[in-house]
Amino acid sequence: MSNGQNGAELRLVTPGMAIGPSAGMRVGSGALAQNDTIIATRLGWVKHLNNTVSVDPINSAYMPRSGDLIVATVAEVRNNLWFMNINGPFQGLLPMSLAPWKVEFGAARQHMGIGDVVLARVQEVDECHNVVLTMKGVGLRRLNQGSVHSVPITHIERLRGEGNATIQRLRDACDCRIIVGENGKVWVDGDADGIAWARQAIDLVHTSGHKKSFEADLSALENNAPKNGDA
Amino acid sequence: MGGYGDVKLLRDDGLRLDGRKLDEMRPVTIEAGILPAADGSAMVTHGLNVAVAAVYGPMEAHPRKIQRQDRAVIDVRYNMAPFSTSDRIRPGFNRRSREISKVTAEALESVVLVERYPRSKIRVEIEILAAEAGTRCAGITAASVALADAGIPMRDLLVGVASGKVEDIVVLDLDKAEDNYGQADLPVGILPNTGEIAFLQMDGDLSPDEYNLAMEYNFKAAAEIHEIMVDALKRRYEGGEN
Repeated sequence: MSNGQNGAELRLVTPGMAIGPSAGMRVGSGALAQNDTIIATRLGWVKHLNNTVSVDPINSAYMPRSGDLIVATVAEVRNNLWFMNINGPFQGLLPMSLAPWKVEFGAARQHMGIGDVVLARVQEVDECHNVVLTMKGVGLRRLNQGSVHSVPITHIERLRGEGNATIQRLRDACDCRIIVGENGKVWVDGDADGIAWARQAIDLVHTSGHKKSFEADLSALENNAPKNGDA
Repeated sequence: MGGYGDVKLLRDDGLRLDGRKLDEMRPVTIEAGILPAADGSAMVTHGLNVAVAAVYGPMEAHPRKIQRQDRAVIDVRYNMAPFSTSDRIRPGFNRRSREISKVTAEALESVVLVERYPRSKIRVEIEILAAEAGTRCAGITAASVALADAGIPMRDLLVGVASGKVEDIVVLDLDKAEDNYGQADLPVGILPNTGEIAFLQMDGDLSPDEYNLAMEYNFKAAAEIHEIMVDALKRRYEGGEN
């Protein structure tokens, strides 16, 4: 992940910790100006960029944005819509008009029930944090097979890598289909060995995604990948 | 609490029965991120107290009637395990656990930036695995570290500490005997960086001078515990480079 400090020493701060004077500085996310001092509001790394001080949080909740591709789970079904768990503070709403099927009023349950997993896109987020999802679009569908895993929101970029290089390495190593949702949910489908290995790789992102040793650990894990014949 | 006058709680040399000085705290250790299933977690040992806190969310608040349109609600559940004391505790909520859950939630609501997550809920579970006086303070400290570990935005870390009075002398951090047979108990939740008080309860009587001394002890102890909290959070992510 970028730190925006070009090699300067990174500083880990905890909530309430003073970062520096607020005079002449803009306050970014994860920070707060209080009595001429900028304080951190989150556990994370201090980032100075263009006269703005912010804190890159180590952990964070998923805040949906329009256009996000997410892996969501059906939480509630009504006559004409589904409430989806999007792994965030708010549930997403999938109306039957934005489902990929022609759904009659009252027949929503026949298409998807509680616990079903879908690949969807965030259509709209309004100022009241109402989240509308859509399944109309290329590749958006119900995910009938495979398994769903979680990674911290802040480690998604680490899992994807530069230009999706890391996720492609994982796909090649385990010969599985892997989709990374912006909401920290990862869908993996393939044979059992492949899924088991992919799960190890995702766990590695979970535990070591913030560490310098991540690349080396991932390379070591790749040597045990099913495609290498050791697993 | 309540003046069993013939119970001796201070030694002739001025120290307390466990050998501590009047303004000395029991040993405190904190570990962050101990529960893999939780979004944030922490374990605090404070003397013989062991408190584990787990944070889940922010998540959609259910039932919907508890939702607040302008902020998140903090749902705290404080519970003492049946095996946490020598006498078995009947499992489930009781009057005391409801009260502590409520005051803890109100204290945390003043620290967490709840307006960032309207209509949602942050669930905080505090489980006391071993109890030896001061469990609400240990629970608050654990919950605060767990919230920070979960990435919940906060103004400061909240520290729970307590002072009290035994044999007409103010002492810091009461142990079980001092809590049972002492004359007063003053647990507080302190924001160490700003010096604000997020919650305060008092059981027993303290004169204004005794109160001031007890608060002086509490602030001193809060600064010490705050350092341990920060260290625990940093230790969890040591080797990190972002």
